[in-house]
Amino acid sequence: MAKKIKLSELGSLFNDMDVESLEGVTIEGDIELEMDTGGGFDPQLAYMLGHETAQIARHLINISRLLGYPVDQLFGSIAQGEVPGVTRPRQLLPSKFEVGRIEEWKNPIQEVILGATSSDGGTRKNTFTLGGENALPYYFDSPMPHRNHITMDVFDMPIGMAKAVKVNYEDVLESPAEWAKKVVNDFGADMVTIHLISTDPNIKDTSPREAAETVADVLQAVDVPIVIGGSGNPEKDPEVLEKAAEVAEGERVLLASASLNLDYERIAKAATDYGHVVLSWTQLEINAQKELNRKLMKQCGVKREDIIMDPTTAALGYGLDYAYTNMERIRLAGLMGDEELSFPMSSGTTNAWGAREAWMVGSPLKEDSDWGPREYRGPIWEIVTGLTLSLAGNDLFMMMHPGSVAVLKEITQSLHGSLERDAVDISDWVTAEV
Amino acid sequence: MKVNSPLEVYKFLPQTNCGDCGEATCMAFASHMIDRSLKLEDCPPLLEDKFRKKYLKLAELLAPEIREVIIGTGEHAVSVGGDDILYRHQLTFFNQPALAVDVWDTMSEDELTERIKFINEYKKFYVGRFLKLDMVAIRSTSGDPDKFKQAVTIAAGNTELPLILCSLDPKVLKAGLEVVADRKPLLYAATKDNWQDVADLMMEYDVPLVLFSPDDLDTLKSLAATFLEMGREDLVLDPGTNPQGKPLRESFENFLMIRRAGIKEGQHEIAFPLLAVPMTAYLANDDPVSASYWETVLASVFTVRYGDIMILHSIEPYALLPEMHIRDTIYTDPRKPVKVDPKVYEVGSPDKDSPVFVTTNFALTYYTVESDLASNDIDCYLLATDTDGLGVEAAVAGGQMTGQKVSDEFKRIGFDFSEMTAHNTVILPGLAARLQGDMEDASGLKVKIGPPDSGRIPGWMEKNWPPE
Repeated sequence: MAKKIKLSELGSLFNDMDVESLEGVTIEGDIELEMDTGGGFDPQLAYMLGHETAQIARHLINISRLLGYPVDQLFGSIAQGEVPGVTRPRQLLPSKFEVGRIEEWKNPIQEVILGATSSDGGTRKNTFTLGGENALPYYFDSPMPHRNHITMDVFDMPIGMAKAVKVNYEDVLESPAEWAKKVVNDFGADMVTIHLISTDPNIKDTSPREAAETVADVLQAVDVPIVIGGSGNPEKDPEVLEKAAEVAEGERVLLASASLNLDYERIAKAATDYGHVVLSWTQLEINAQKELNRKLMKQCGVKREDIIMDPTTAALGYGLDYAYTNMERIRLAGLMGDEELSFPMSSGTTNAWGAREAWMVGSPLKEDSDWGPREYRGPIWEIVTGLTLSLAGNDLFMMMHPGSVAVLKEITQSLHGSLERDAVDISDWVTAEV
Repeated sequence: MKVNSPLEVYKFLPQTNCGDCGEATCMAFASHMIDRSLKLEDCPPLLEDKFRKKYLKLAELLAPEIREVIIGTGEHAVSVGGDDILYRHQLTFFNQPALAVDVWDTMSEDELTERIKFINEYKKFYVGRFLKLDMVAIRSTSGDPDKFKQAVTIAAGNTELPLILCSLDPKVLKAGLEVVADRKPLLYAATKDNWQDVADLMMEYDVPLVLFSPDDLDTLKSLAATFLEMGREDLVLDPGTNPQGKPLRESFENFLMIRRAGIKEGQHEIAFPLLAVPMTAYLANDDPVSASYWETVLASVFTVRYGDIMILHSIEPYALLPEMHIRDTIYTDPRKPVKVDPKVYEVGSPDKDSPVFVTTNFALTYYTVESDLASNDIDCYLLATDTDGLGVEAAVAGGQMTGQKVSDEFKRIGFDFSEMTAHNTVILPGLAARLQGDMEDASGLKVKIGPPDSGRIPGWMEKNWPPE
């Protein structure tokens, strides 16, 4: 008896021989396959053979084509992709889905604690830990040890803000302490950021001493961990933050911020002298972020557990693509072992309110379709900006609108897996009457 | 793709450096294959018979890991999938997720027509073009084939956008296909229960198909393997979009796992575009604003992480605008220059009495200002000064935009105020107000300060133009 080979083997045989076509070979008549099932009837075997038959038939078609047999004309009337004479599998081909973990993510992100309780020399009721991730946020490779946190903005003077934001704060604009209470008690802020913007010489030139009193008031008013922000004036900020750090000694505040365009050594020293954490702020440039972090550690002696990064947040539609990718690259580099980038991240999500879509009554362009009411547009702009960065690895969000805070908490904690909600049957969403 | 260096591609090219593709060398062409900026078919010799084998081999090597599926026909056809990477900085994502808005077969004809008109026309200008919606998803809420057929007929008559026919009942799907099969709609969906009947429809009408297996990736993979076995590659996968709580996290993980399997592990059987259904937000929220917000949140999550088609219900602008923008954010090609040529642009038909505005050459800034001016019929000159692609605020802070530099730009370009204008006045952006003195000293021009947002230029013009 001649040696039998499977047609599928014939195909690979041709491949190995580098044969493109065979001259003088024709296939005539009906194509028949005889399968010997070896007697007895085994449904599983029959099924597997059915599968095999289909594969063989397909190979046969391909080989016939290879041999120059006009199969396409023969089957011209049949829809493309359908294999003639082959009944499709009678049941679903069994399959098991599996996927591996990312082996390159070997380096955990630094854990950083904000706030200090009385046992640690502070007066905060609780502390929060940021960082500690071993994977991108919410990935299955490794559980995310700490949820995201939100710190809400408080300013040391009334400032211009979008109408949708302002309506929430009109009664507290004159009192940072009351403002701080409101965001914690009414709006569910985890933390408070006190922005000392009035210290800017171009605004009110408030003295560092006076600004420090405001910080003390806020620390008195609320018992959550706080962030202290300067005015952004590179000449004034170091002395303002020094005094603020002093008055908050032992509270483990986040000092915002050290950057390459001011005297970051003074900010770093203020943080280390009085037991605080430094916010290392750069502008959408991963190498600048590495440089500043390196300087803070090597040149200023800041410990790893005392650094959080702000790589800059740009609003949805206004550069969020850069901010997102910058953060994602930073986080991936950190996870893969870049010790100069493996720190928790913070986002000035409030920047979303700079987008005209967030605050303008309507589009300035006649060609645009209706933008709808801005009361709803603004908060969702802040939410989507923050949410996108949360997926890139951002840990701490600085925000303004109470509605945005509530929704961002809901989605980040859902993805984190820490929220219990009723199960919803989605199997028949198509027919839902909504 | 299965190759990652130009050398691996070069091996299969004609290596004649003929230049027919527009590149100087075959190696240069090869690098465009790797970054996907040219197509294999751009090499004419490769299409000749003698290179056929190499062409086929290259086509196989260069095929994207995630299959590309085309829905619809003609100029409105939408391609989905086709990605090769997991993070956008690695190259770029291809084929923006298609935004499909739903209609349903229990709507009255008027409601249906009006909603479809809205979907057709909704648009927002952004960086030189309009953001728009892509598809109409027709849901059978009645379960009645005749009603569905009627709705599909009305929908098809009122839009050229590709359609998704949604029902788990093959009889209903067939009724829809009888009307619009030639437009290659996407069929939603085959499940573990109906797949054989739906397979018949797919084969008979030759249309792309969604496989739906909520929360069960083994079955999803089985379905995909089974349809592949039947020779179908035009598949889209829906692993289920749970709207809240821990099941939402599981849906998120499923999207991650499927895409990782397809791209990183080359698991051919599961390497298809993914469909998300953010409208399940409406199953979990009764309040329409909450539902609309939550749908936007879900759409954003699945746009960032690997959804290729979104089925949406809300047509509130506050939902659509961020959805269109986040899609653009994630799918913008990070390799593309974000600068416009630094020069003086004419908006409308400016004359000697027209104002001269200054902005930066950051594309987003420039197009925003330009469109604000054009849309409000303001004839003017607009300098896009070279800030190396920074916006106004950053360029002023960083010194890329100074009075001297702006003044020098006008000189370099050859824009002479005494010749081109009767007013000798230039208008700086409100965010560059602090440059006023410098600019006056450097240029000898009268310098006015415009509003901080170019959307407010029309109001500003009323008070400030023409200059006294």
